[in-house]
Amino acid sequence: MHVVNISRQSASRQLRQATTEPAAVRWLLVAVALAFVGVFLVLPLVAVAAQALKAGLGAFGAAILDPDTLAAVRLTLLTAAIAVPLNVVFGVAAAWAIARFEFTGRSLLITLIDLPFAVSPVIAGLIYVLLFGMQGWLGPWLADHDVAIIFAVPGIVLATIFVTFPFVARELIPLMRAQGPEEEQASVVLGASGWQTFRYVTLPNVKWGLLYGVIILNARAMGEFGAVSVVSGHIRGLTNTIPLHVEILYNEYQTTAAFAVASILTLLGLVTLVAKTIADRKRAQSLVPLAALAEDPAHSAPPHLDLAGHALQARSAGAALGTPAQEAWA
Amino acid sequence: MRRSIVAALAALTAALPPGAAAQQAPKDVVLLNVSYDPTRELYQDYNAAFARYWKAKTGQSVTIRQSHGGSGKQARSVIDGLQADVVTLALAYDVDALAERGRLIPRNWQTRLPDNSAPYTSTIVFLVRKGNPKRIRDWGDLVRPGVSVVTPNPKTSGGARWNYLAAWGYALRKFGGDEGKAQQFVAALFRNVPVLDSGARGATTTFIERGIGDVMINWENEALLAMQEMGKGQYEIVMPSVSILAEPPVTVVDRVANKRGTRPIAEAYLHYLYSEEGQTIAASHFYRPRMASVAAKFASRFPRIQLFDIREFGGWQVAQKKHFDDGGIFDRLYQPR
Repeated sequence: MHVVNISRQSASRQLRQATTEPAAVRWLLVAVALAFVGVFLVLPLVAVAAQALKAGLGAFGAAILDPDTLAAVRLTLLTAAIAVPLNVVFGVAAAWAIARFEFTGRSLLITLIDLPFAVSPVIAGLIYVLLFGMQGWLGPWLADHDVAIIFAVPGIVLATIFVTFPFVARELIPLMRAQGPEEEQASVVLGASGWQTFRYVTLPNVKWGLLYGVIILNARAMGEFGAVSVVSGHIRGLTNTIPLHVEILYNEYQTTAAFAVASILTLLGLVTLVAKTIADRKRAQSLVPLAALAEDPAHSAPPHLDLAGHALQARSAGAALGTPAQEAWA
Repeated sequence: MRRSIVAALAALTAALPPGAAAQQAPKDVVLLNVSYDPTRELYQDYNAAFARYWKAKTGQSVTIRQSHGGSGKQARSVIDGLQADVVTLALAYDVDALAERGRLIPRNWQTRLPDNSAPYTSTIVFLVRKGNPKRIRDWGDLVRPGVSVVTPNPKTSGGARWNYLAAWGYALRKFGGDEGKAQQFVAALFRNVPVLDSGARGATTTFIERGIGDVMINWENEALLAMQEMGKGQYEIVMPSVSILAEPPVTVVDRVANKRGTRPIAEAYLHYLYSEEGQTIAASHFYRPRMASVAAKFASRFPRIQLFDIREFGGWQVAQKKHFDDGGIFDRLYQPR
């Protein structure tokens, strides 16, 4: 026994030596990475905070409580509150369709979902000007009926939805593909309705990936500058979002106010980052139990996944017999 | 019979003083003033003054919303449907676009208000670093080798077109009206420009925050404001021997104001710019007032220099076509390095 243990230890040491770098190299690499992060990420963040507080807390508070700033914060939150839920619905629907079904135009749909990533946000804004502007296709008709789209809140929301469209679908499609359709198929075979399958099988499986997608979607929705700038009209206290307001303040020599408002945006970004890290970790874990279950038929499913639990057991049984789940069930 | 009663009532209403009519229905009004970059502080003060004046005169509360950006871009937004009751832009060419492309105002808009519809003016001056180390006194010094000049891009910036034309006008005077020599002079000037910013405010940032250049050509109001906000004794203003009279025009946007029913108040808003209070506010924000009494009060702030105006170039339509449109003189004389 002793002999075996020693040889196993030395083998693991040899393995470690063969697969890692010398200590000096490792420290050097870590130091370079940290210095890079420090200079390019932490330092600018500190600079924003320092500039914001340069003239004291009073000036900081006054900048935040300025009516135009508050209006910008309200508009940004309103835009996110409309754009995020809509894009969650669109994103989940698109991901479900693409990951679970074969249909004509499927690859076209995938391409279209990526379109907002491919075109510049300025173009995204101009699309709406071309559509809804007075010189555009629908503009004169809308003006006759007193409907304001661009240079008003609807235009800002539309531009934000366009720019943030891909986040949820892009996040869910690979996850749903990796998980495979077996559980949902089993759920349907067990007699669950479409909604039950979605509610008790699909959604719990993708919830962390979905949350991750929602977080980055929200961050982009609140931070979007280019597309919103084109359709905003920059009316103070009415159509300026936080990023637009920061630029305006900076251009008007109100450096302290600009950085104070920028620090709100930075703070939202940091909160997003923490939430994202948690969601990311949970998402990575959510893929593990499936792999483990395939090897271990006795593994019990989470208690709230009653239908899914049955489905998993059915699939595992099928896997043990070396046949697909449905055939085993039949 | 009935028709005559209606007519009598209409006549009676018309005869009533505006104050009495407003007392019956003092509905709150919101106006949108779409303006260019450097006027934010000016209109913030002026809007408050006008609201006070209008409330005292008619009993009606008015809120004026502001939108600011590059002059050309702002005009474009109004053409695309931004609901501006009035525009107050950097140059007549941008307002002309509202008539030409948008059909929002009549072509003769500039004759509707006094002084070419420009209630205040400005000119083009130089801002140099403290002590004027490169000894810049006039336009001629800007073409010397080794002098680095900051000015925005005339293709995108209204202010930069004034800068360019001011230099051109100086050269015409110096070379006895020789257009070829004027072109050589302006080309030599632009060879000394290390970076062309897209707008006047961007050029100020380049000169002051990034420390690029020995001299910046810019609006007088922008230079005075920059001195006040950021300079604190680090910069000096140099008045050239001759410069251009810049007339930033204002107008009611007829299509919008008529539709929204805001025409009377929008017109009053612009008229009040010509009043003593309006002129004083403009002067305190570094715009040259038209009213002689106000100009006298601020005489020390605005030194008298020889000024020529856009008519020397045949008006904005001609100047734009000849100098700044694609394939115009500016494209030929300026080769980016």
